[in-house]
Amino acid sequence: MNNFSYLSTTTAKDATAAVTGTKGAAFIAGGTTVLDLMKLNVENHSELVDINLVPFKGIEQTADGLRIGALERMSDVGEHPLVVQNYPVISQSLLQAASPQLRNMASIGGNLLQRTRCGYFRDVAFPCNKRNPGSGCPAQEGENRNLAILGGSKACIATHPGDLGVALAALDAVLLLENAKGKQRRVPLVDFHVVPGNTPQRETVLEPGELIVSVTVPAAAHARKSMYLKVRDRASYAFALASAAVGLDVQGGQIRTARVALGGVGTKPWRSVAAEKILTGAPATEATFRAAAAAAVKDAQPREQNRFKVELAQNTLVRALLELSAA
Amino acid sequence: MTDDLTPATGNGLAASDDGRRTFIKQASGLLGLALAPPLVGQAERLTAMAKKVEGVSEMRLKVNGALRTIKAEPRVSLLDALREHLDLTGSKKGCDHGQCGACTVLVDGRRVNSCLTLAVMAQGKEIKTVEGLAKGEELHPLQQAFLDHDGFQCGYCTPGQLMSGVACLKEGHAKTDGDVREWMSGNLCRCGAYPNIVAAIREVEKSGFKG
Repeated sequence: MNNFSYLSTTTAKDATAAVTGTKGAAFIAGGTTVLDLMKLNVENHSELVDINLVPFKGIEQTADGLRIGALERMSDVGEHPLVVQNYPVISQSLLQAASPQLRNMASIGGNLLQRTRCGYFRDVAFPCNKRNPGSGCPAQEGENRNLAILGGSKACIATHPGDLGVALAALDAVLLLENAKGKQRRVPLVDFHVVPGNTPQRETVLEPGELIVSVTVPAAAHARKSMYLKVRDRASYAFALASAAVGLDVQGGQIRTARVALGGVGTKPWRSVAAEKILTGAPATEATFRAAAAAAVKDAQPREQNRFKVELAQNTLVRALLELSAA
Repeated sequence: MTDDLTPATGNGLAASDDGRRTFIKQASGLLGLALAPPLVGQAERLTAMAKKVEGVSEMRLKVNGALRTIKAEPRVSLLDALREHLDLTGSKKGCDHGQCGACTVLVDGRRVNSCLTLAVMAQGKEIKTVEGLAKGEELHPLQQAFLDHDGFQCGYCTPGQLMSGVACLKEGHAKTDGDVREWMSGNLCRCGAYPNIVAAIREVEKSGFKG
């Protein structure tokens, strides 16, 4: 790891000023992504600006939903009674992610900014358009078993690795951001991450120096009745091969509202409006769920080693919907 | 990472006293508030981090109840600070990327991967390592249970397993075998002592010990 300077800040203003004013500076909260990537020389920051004393805290009920401060830790949010009861898909996505130690460290904001686990991205011996724009993407014809089948491009098929973002995409979450000038703006989670296109180095709409302040999630019947199903190579402590975040409001056997997002298969948390359209107003049956799942992966572009994900994603989604509607 | 193991020499504090005084003035309102007893740790942290830290500087770490001083660069992990600067070699470096759990320690009572924690950021916090588990000659109940149940073979992952297990018990995540397997999944054991580790943690849980 390269040497760097360290600065602790107590206000968003000081933190954003430090990062925009120092070439090569980056924020550090939990450190679980940035230090990992710096040890691999994938990231080489000249300064780390500690934001842990910035008061972006709180897990609270608001007039219209849930508000989570960006510096809350994954473990605290995942086990918070308010989240467990009213937003189970968020709790489950957090508690099925990483390990207890990492969840005690990693912040909510940092979780949404975690970077892909694509082996070519993480190994500086290889070309990678995300790490070194224009150098190429060996994953297209190479080791792509874990990579994305949705939202990829010729430049990049790296999977968004997270779980929380998938749950938040399903539940219409909105991020509050603050830039170096103190100006705040709201961005829906589904618009926060961007597909790689020709610029895979750009993963979100976050401006340089801009911080995530908080996440808000609207209360809804489909949020109270929601779940996260994660399929992986081992039973715990692994990234998703495929996952489904689903929410359903079923009355008298008919689906009133539905929310669907897929993880482990997209270059960003993959909300499927097409699947939701099929579910809404339809009977809550396996046939409906199968049709919705087919719609969710209609645009899939699998590569040689990840073809299995097309079927796995559908089966994961159908199982989640079956379990949820039976609950 | 070998270049991280900076010898404990150097020019010490980099920033001038002026900057520090200015900060203390500016922060005096905050500090006044923070000096209420429960927030003393926070106040210590604020004063310790009042300036940009560059190169080798002095850091104060409270490890197993004792305040220790080291001189290290900001890039030094808590794990390297413990092992290379404080001779506390119980915490182990397995993967150095937060994947194996051999480096697990408690920071302010919570289990964390010390390899992904910067020593500079652990100042003002209570750090507990495997060396702090036993009371003199008296082993911690989980240490004794690991002996009784053969909870290890080579022993390399054991300090991390113990610290994670102590936290797992305290968190209330050890009520069933399945719970223990799930909540201990951040600690890998390549000898495969898992069934015995689960048995050891379960026995301590059943004894009513809460960590």
